[in-house]
Amino acid sequence: MPGHDSARDIYRQALPVISVSLIAGLFAGTILASDTMRANIAEVPGLLLLLPAFLATRGGVYGSLGARLSTGLHQGLIEPRFRLDRRLTNAVVASFLNGMTVSVFIAVVTYLTLVLFGDGGSLFQLVGVMVVAGFLSAVLMITVLISVIFVGYRRGLDPDNVIGPVVTTLGDVFGVFFLLVGVAAVGAVS
Amino acid sequence: MIPLLAALSVLQLVSGTVLETYEAVLLRYPALLVLVPVQIGTAGNLASITCSRLTTQLYLGTYELSPSNPALRANAGAVFALAATVFGAVGVAAWAIGLALGGSLALGRVLLISLVSGLCLAVLVVVASVAAVEASYRIGLNPDDTTIPVVTNLCDIAGVLILFAVVSVVL
Repeated sequence: MPGHDSARDIYRQALPVISVSLIAGLFAGTILASDTMRANIAEVPGLLLLLPAFLATRGGVYGSLGARLSTGLHQGLIEPRFRLDRRLTNAVVASFLNGMTVSVFIAVVTYLTLVLFGDGGSLFQLVGVMVVAGFLSAVLMITVLISVIFVGYRRGLDPDNVIGPVVTTLGDVFGVFFLLVGVAAVGAVS
Repeated sequence: MIPLLAALSVLQLVSGTVLETYEAVLLRYPALLVLVPVQIGTAGNLASITCSRLTTQLYLGTYELSPSNPALRANAGAVFALAATVFGAVGVAAWAIGLALGGSLALGRVLLISLVSGLCLAVLVVVASVAAVEASYRIGLNPDDTTIPVVTNLCDIAGVLILFAVVSVVL
């Protein structure tokens, strides 16, 4: 009964979930602290500035895609099959567009903040990094979410219980990694 | 969806600004850089568990804003125990990873930073969750809808602020 749990009960139940996000956080932290990423942080003004916003929006965009797919499955409006169905396509396209728009928005606001504080920075570089990182995380998150939700659902797993951990774990680890890829890609072009 | 996400990202720039300010320190001590994503994630997680539990207990009639309330005491106790466990483990892990990446910060320092900021965060999580549930209930909004997004985002941002407040005292 949720109303009568002791502190010990709550602790025992919450620890596994918190530990999963902790391990994900440590992975993300390790990529962030790697030599390559530290070199990037030193070279690209604004990278640290946009980091929390970039990571937070991963959760917002793809958490809501997961929730929408899960509701659709439970209502019987979406079938757990990998085929181009209108509702599924709509949900995927919407979250892709949301993800990309917000990524570009973050890049622009970051640039404006840098200009405001007089640190200087390159709008092209920031937008480029966010477009690459935003695109790669969209492709990865959408693919993994749909696979995990559909396969889990067919095996009797309630997607509502899986989405949270999947989105936080993958979002943080790959978010930081794709930022790294983004910097490399923009560096190669310019 | 877009306006909400945009507002959220502008808010997150507050912690971004703090990170940018401490850029030199972070680059010098990789262990601290490891702490950043963990601090952001764990704060939000503890907050969402506390808010959703308090709301359930409010509706069950077992919650009351009083230091002797058993439900409130159990929740607060669990948050502190979880924070002590998690941030203790994170301190050791961040120190080891930092060392492997060529950092030079001593275990005691990293552990102190991680534990002190983690426990401050636990205080904030409990206070902010209780305040949000109370406020939301008194205004007449369903705390299930309002508290989690507000408190998790607040704690994510405060996580970074607290971390660097502690860093600036310890280092």
